[in-house]
Order: sequence, then C-alpha cells, then structure tokens
Amino acid sequence: MSRIHDMGGRLGTGALDPQDGYDFGEAKDWHKRALALNVACGFLGQWNIDASRHARELLDPQDYMAFSYYEKWMGGLADLMVDRGVVTAEELASGHAAGVSPVAARAAKPETVEAVLMNGSPYTRDGAAPKFEVGAQVRTQKPARNVVVPGGHTRLPAYAAGAVGEIVLQHGAHVFPDSNAHFKGEAAEPLYAVRFTAQELWGTEADPRDEVVLDLWESYLEPVA
Amino acid sequence: MPHDHDHPHSHLPSDPALRVKALETLLTDKGLVDPAALDAIIDLYQNKIGPQNGAQVVAKMWRDPAFHKQMIEDPMPTLQEMGLYGRQGEHMVFVENTDEVHNMVVCTLCSCYPWPLLGIPPGWYKSDAYRARAVREPRAVLAEFGVSLPKGKKVRVWDSTAEVRYLVVSQRPAGTEGLNEDELAALITRDSMIGTALAQEPLPEEPGA
Repeated sequence: MSRIHDMGGRLGTGALDPQDGYDFGEAKDWHKRALALNVACGFLGQWNIDASRHARELLDPQDYMAFSYYEKWMGGLADLMVDRGVVTAEELASGHAAGVSPVAARAAKPETVEAVLMNGSPYTRDGAAPKFEVGAQVRTQKPARNVVVPGGHTRLPAYAAGAVGEIVLQHGAHVFPDSNAHFKGEAAEPLYAVRFTAQELWGTEADPRDEVVLDLWESYLEPVA
Repeated sequence: MPHDHDHPHSHLPSDPALRVKALETLLTDKGLVDPAALDAIIDLYQNKIGPQNGAQVVAKMWRDPAFHKQMIEDPMPTLQEMGLYGRQGEHMVFVENTDEVHNMVVCTLCSCYPWPLLGIPPGWYKSDAYRARAVREPRAVLAEFGVSLPKGKKVRVWDSTAEVRYLVVSQRPAGTEGLNEDELAALITRDSMIGTALAQEPLPEEPGA
C-alpha cells in the first residue's frame, strides 16, 4: 500500500555525504527559485500543506527516484496546479497563459510576503480530549493506510505499522492529514509522540538500547490491554 | 491501485532549470506569481533565517536556567516574542542530549525541518539515504558524520511525521563556563541541532593568555 516516498528503513540507498548541499545560500539559482515558487503558490489558497505533500507522493515512482529534491517539488506543484484548476495542461504544454487567473488577487506580494511567512500557520485546533495518557501502551494500525480515502495520503510510515509503543507526549488536537490532504476537512484529532524500541521496529539486529519516536494521530492507534 | 493521475508535470521541459523558468514565466503571465515576491522569499531564507537562530536559543538555554525551563515546558510564546517563529516552526519541541541519551531528528516521509530556527535543510537531510537509514541504523549514520558515542549511550531518533518540529539541544562542552552567549552559539552547529553532530569543543586557551 505504501508509496515510494515512504523511505524509513529502505535498504540499498547508499552512503551519506555530510557536505551535500550544506548552505541554501550556495544552492543553484533554480533550486532557490523552485523553493520560492512553491512557497509563493501556497499563498493562492487553492490547496494546503498536506495536499502539496501528497502531490509529491503521487509522482510516478520512476520520476520520484530519478528527480532531484527540487524537481520533485516542481513536479508536485505542476500536477497540483492542474489538478486544482489553477493552470491547464494545455497552458503547461505550450507555456502560454490563456489569460489572467481569477485567483491572481491572492498572489504573494513582495512587500508582505515575509511578514506572512513569519506569522506562521499553526496546525493545532480545538478538538477532542486525548484518549491515551502519557505512559499508555498503544499499537499502530496495520497496514499503514488512509482509512478515509483508499490509497490516499497518510503519515503513518510502513515501518511503524502494527508496532507496540508507549505514549511519551500529548501534542493536543492537530489537523488530520489523511482528511485534509483530500480536501475533506481538517478533522483535527489528538496527536501524540509515541516511542518504540528499535528492536520492535527492526528486529534483533537493532541495538537493544535504541528508540524511535514518531508523531502519530489517535486514529492510527489502538489501546494495548 | 489504479494510476489516478496523468502527471501534467511531464509537459514541462526536462532540464530542471528550464522547467522552473517555464513555470515561473507561465505563472507570472497568469498573475499568480510576482517575481519580486520570489526574490523576497529567497532573501528571507538565504539571508535572514538560518541555523544562527537555533544556536542563539540553545546557547541561551545553556546559560539561563529560567529560559531553559521555558523552552522545555512551553517554548512557543517566548519564541514568538523573540521573532523566532514562522512557517514550519509553529510547534517546536526541544529534546536534550544527556549522559544517557543522544537525540537525532529525521523526516522519513518528506523533509520536515524547523525553518525559522535552522533555515532550509541541507541536501543530505533531504536525501533518500538519510531518510531511509536514520531510523534503521542511526549509529552507522552517526559514524559517517564522524560521531562516536560513549559506550552504553542510547540513541533516540525522532521521525517528524506531523507538524511538530524537534530540535536537539547538545550537551554543553566542558571548559565553556566563562563563555558568553555569542561565544557559546559559535560552538552550536546546524548538524548538532539535527543530532548528527555534537557541539564543538572550545578552542584551547593560549598558554599565558
């Protein structure tokens, strides 16, 4: 069920280069432009952060693996813009605008864009009280899947499906990506940090001392008696 | 699962720089993007926001017990007052390294990262290799960053699967008692706040200095 972006634990990805792309100031111009385009297009209000993540996840797996980081962002953005009717496939193919967009008034303005970004966009909402106390044992659902939209966006990684862990933090009610990514409402619900032993996730080859903590929504969890 | 999208991005030029240019031109012509706003966004994340922000917070936590308590218990009001707030940093949690635990942060599903405190993530943080390996073999990843932990120390990896952003507070190096906040901040690297490095050791004092 899992898509290509669900990288946690994947084998064969190779060594790391700690010097890779260290400073944004030294990034290629088109990387900076791609980042800025994605941020600016968010101002149009035609989608939300969960939908933009999902658009990148929907890239063809061959494209996802072949694309560099900002190519994924550009691919997701182009697909999302067509999907939401902000541009047409014909405009993308020809490069020629068919006219000024009806949502042009919302475009990010140079004089206010910084203030808007620095103003943040919190994801906490009033919502139900948490069902699980800190210290409670919980099991994650298996398989990791979106139960609102089959095949849809979810933030439960496959490597943590069906695992038993312990609630370590209550974060309050947060917007639920599995619903929000599909424009089915924010559906905020309690979010928790849940701690798993590395051996619960990876078996006995993991170091017995180590732990992995994930932020997980209440819908992903069931109590362990 | 049917292939439910026909991937309009394939209509764009294959060269990524041209692809970005083509999209920017089209969106500008449609009135959806003002190139000067793009310049302002780049200026913000290139020149005004970066790991110096996070380092300032960690240095203050090392020196100021009341501030430390605020950052651990309820950091957001104070961070907002300090102007260290914004997109991708609305819900910060500071996790502290101790003699028993070393913390490390990853986003296995995408590249979530505390922008207002650390800026735009480095390339390696967004790489498939880091996203795949940090949760499965954090000690091997740390070794590639040149970090070896004392025997017996636990590694706790935080996978940022929601909008909560984690920042690692390194242990304060020995011999830094006399340093001021700026001198301490200079020891706190971006990687140390992700957890793939420790805080730097202070330079040894000159003999007779």
